[in-house]
Amino acid sequence: MVTKSKNKTVQWEPADIKAELLKKYPPKVARKRAKQIMINEALENETPEITANVRTTPGIITMRGCTYAGCKGVIMGPTRDIVNLVHGPVGCSFYAWLTRRNQTSAGPDGANYMNYCFTTDMQEQDIIFGGEKKLEAAIQEAYDLLHPKSIGVFATCPVGLIGDDIHTVTANMKKKFGDCNVFAFSCEGYKGVSQSAGHHIANNQIFKHVMGQNDEEKPGKYKINLLGEYNIGGDGFEIDRIFKKCGINCIATFSGNSTYDQFASAHTADLNLVMCHRSINYVADMLETKFGIPWIKINFIGAKATAKSLRKISKYFGDQELIDKVEAVIAEEMPAVDVVQADVRSRTEGKTAMMFVGGSRAHHYQELFGEMGMKTISAGYEFAHRDDYEGRQVIPNLKLDADSRNIEQLDIEKDETRYNPRKSSAELEALEEAGYKFKHYDGLAHDMDKGTLIIDDLNQYEAEKLVEIMKPDIFCAGIKEKFSIQKLGVPMKQLHSYDSGGPYAGFKGAVNFYNEIDRLVGSRVWSYMQAPWQKNPQLSATYGWE
Amino acid sequence: MLLRHTPKEVMERKALTINPAKTCQPIGAMYASLGIHGCLPHSHGSQGCCAYHRSALTRHYKEPVSASTSSFTEGASVFGGQSNMLQAINNIFSVYNPDVIAIHTTCLSETIGDDLPQIKKKAERDGLIPEGKYLISASTPSYAGSHVTGFSNMVKAMADMAEPAGKKNGKINIIPGWVEPSDMEEIKRLAKMVGVKIIMFPDTSGVLNGPLSGEYKMFPDGGTTIEELLSTGDSIGTLALGEWCSADAARLLDKKHKVPCSVLDMPFGLKATDRFIDAMRTVAGVNVPDEVSVERGQLVDLISDMHQYFYKKKVALAGDPDQLIAMTEFLVSIDMCPVHIVTGTPGKKFEKRIREITSGMGCEVNVKAKGDLFLLHQWIKNEPVDLLLCNSYGKYIARDEDIPFVRWGFPILDRQGHQYFPTVGYKGGLRMLERILGVLLDRQDRDSSEEKFELVL
Repeated sequence: MVTKSKNKTVQWEPADIKAELLKKYPPKVARKRAKQIMINEALENETPEITANVRTTPGIITMRGCTYAGCKGVIMGPTRDIVNLVHGPVGCSFYAWLTRRNQTSAGPDGANYMNYCFTTDMQEQDIIFGGEKKLEAAIQEAYDLLHPKSIGVFATCPVGLIGDDIHTVTANMKKKFGDCNVFAFSCEGYKGVSQSAGHHIANNQIFKHVMGQNDEEKPGKYKINLLGEYNIGGDGFEIDRIFKKCGINCIATFSGNSTYDQFASAHTADLNLVMCHRSINYVADMLETKFGIPWIKINFIGAKATAKSLRKISKYFGDQELIDKVEAVIAEEMPAVDVVQADVRSRTEGKTAMMFVGGSRAHHYQELFGEMGMKTISAGYEFAHRDDYEGRQVIPNLKLDADSRNIEQLDIEKDETRYNPRKSSAELEALEEAGYKFKHYDGLAHDMDKGTLIIDDLNQYEAEKLVEIMKPDIFCAGIKEKFSIQKLGVPMKQLHSYDSGGPYAGFKGAVNFYNEIDRLVGSRVWSYMQAPWQKNPQLSATYGWE
Repeated sequence: MLLRHTPKEVMERKALTINPAKTCQPIGAMYASLGIHGCLPHSHGSQGCCAYHRSALTRHYKEPVSASTSSFTEGASVFGGQSNMLQAINNIFSVYNPDVIAIHTTCLSETIGDDLPQIKKKAERDGLIPEGKYLISASTPSYAGSHVTGFSNMVKAMADMAEPAGKKNGKINIIPGWVEPSDMEEIKRLAKMVGVKIIMFPDTSGVLNGPLSGEYKMFPDGGTTIEELLSTGDSIGTLALGEWCSADAARLLDKKHKVPCSVLDMPFGLKATDRFIDAMRTVAGVNVPDEVSVERGQLVDLISDMHQYFYKKKVALAGDPDQLIAMTEFLVSIDMCPVHIVTGTPGKKFEKRIREITSGMGCEVNVKAKGDLFLLHQWIKNEPVDLLLCNSYGKYIARDEDIPFVRWGFPILDRQGHQYFPTVGYKGGLRMLERILGVLLDRQDRDSSEEKFELVL
């Protein structure tokens, strides 16, 4: 495989790179990592198998976080009017305090706890004698102080070990208050093998305790839920802007800039749009089973992807008025995008990118890079499962291993009174025959070129080696990777926090991203790494005036 | 309003902490470990802690922060993490090859009772520690103390490495406490000016403020070397800067190896720096050169020049005990009035020290150890202040209450400078006052009417 950019030609064989990455490991580790590093063969209907969602190798310097982060940090954190109370020592609450950039507007009711951090700050005596009393008192104090609609309690590592029964405590408090829904998440950090288990736990609890609580019919046509969009850097605001323009009504976003009532009303929507498949596919499936709402995979990262997703939505509703409106909005938005794209593309065409991001962006952003003429030569996830890599068709073959077996799987049944299939089976069939795919996700490998490297749970050593060998023009990952990659003289873009930029979703987001990548790969700073006297060290000293 | 739900009326809270003015032990241990040359910090717990601690330090320094983890699973959490740790040691030396692995624990491994010294012995027996390599460990339960406690515990583990050769090395150990790499550089510069040979540990300068050169060194050039750490038992004395951060390590060296120690305040501001310089002079038996006195005189000069802007200005502060004690003294010494002072870190002595320092000030002082920023904000609502000194989380209070704000402490996530410019010593004092004046005078310029707007201040 050869990649050309303006300044260099890099040649490599993917098998050689893989061998090089594995060389340094003890044999046992090498065997395991070999299965998590896949050379993409991009076959028509089949992709090679990758090992994913397995335990992290101790000491390898993983980028992964924990179940608590996946539950509180990712899914529940962005909800503005639920008090998120972390039951544990102070650290877990502190580190998840405003560090993910879920933007939030307080709205007309004015409830917004996003800027606060609530914790029981467990002490030694709580570990020894149990923390239930303290938790109960903390819930009471939060209620007295703020009178929120709801309080969510999150377990951290020691809570499970000492046997605090947070579910009984919260159930009792809920009963006591009457007007405040108190419920708990057993998202201890050691559960599962990554953030992923926390997503699942959050999905389950929000489904059990909040969803379906408000049957009131919301006004408007074309009612959707946007699942797995966390409004990082205002992504959700941009998507909302486009929805409004098209006349699409978003009942609930899971969970950027969301409210308790959005979750409680989500079952009144007619279509679920799944953005981040990994984190929210559980809710999508459960909503379908219980209430009869179909779901489709969409992607609002990239202008073309956005247009494609909007068309998918309008096609589902099948209403000519909406179809025309969506076309009009796309026609109105695209010229501004095209101008910047053409300009930037003249400088980015042919450049290469690597992406190692949580559980969805390493795929989503490939379309955006594609719009700039840039190729993704290697990509992977921290904590995605095989279906995110290979497509949902592998789900029946997935085996739960010992580390993930203890994550609760809810058995969901049809709601006897409220189940309402949004489309008749004839309508669904007609849509499917016209190429429409429900409950479908092809995964990352499907969209990557033959010979690219797909790597699960990339670690620090591999990141550095990959960059040295493949010399990408840009490397995308998170804050922990950012500065070591930049020390190597390679521009690095954070695709979790967006380096304080954004939005990158939707039409305006695409323009922001083109400009940002243009800035990064064209920055003059990378030419300053050597001082003049380091560039030519052989020169013997002479006096300047000689 | 960013903190719209914070009421003015203070309700007593016994169980709920809101907006903590501290974080947990292991991050302090990680930071301290980075101050050893060739060291990889290792977090013995589930991997989320390690990811969070690395991220927090990275956001503060805008520098790579490497650390490994035992990556506990549910099984290990029930049956013990020894096998995870042993695998980790093998993998770390094979792949990353540090000189030292500095292990700290989390609430997980502490609750299940993993015994680090025993795991270390097992690793030695199994031949997992290569010749010339070291493993040190500190117990850092997150449910006791704070990040400061974790820092102190790891520094103590560093002092525990001392292997005296029996011959005095003529050096003074300086334990700088949790200060910035720039502050550690400044302490070294002052010691050099005074003419004192020192071993400083930990030392993160050259580690967390490194250059961009096209090369990534997981183990940068900085950090206290192993040789230095082994030699601390041969030093003529130890100066521990800060009771909370540094005293335990200094007392250990005293107890184990008869290296006499003296615990000083962190050298923030005029008086604490005076005492630090004087202590170095006395222990080493040297004369303080004129350059140091000139730097001191410059700070006194600035205080006198701008005294009118400091006089009787009310200040709210939040941070860590050692830093707060010295900074409060500095503010009082320039006739400012620190009226609300909060640390999240427990410790009875804190409130007492602050009361002593502020006793002659002639106004009421709110002070609380184990307090939080929610309480600080409520105090400010009840008695407004002219200046807030706090880490980045203070910006939410500063904006809501429209208070001039200087970022100080840990973490600073939204501004630069802390890793490059010191706040300790006389030079650091000058910089601190420059920044305080900057925000106070910016406020005056912003608020004055057109008629009262002045060119010269």
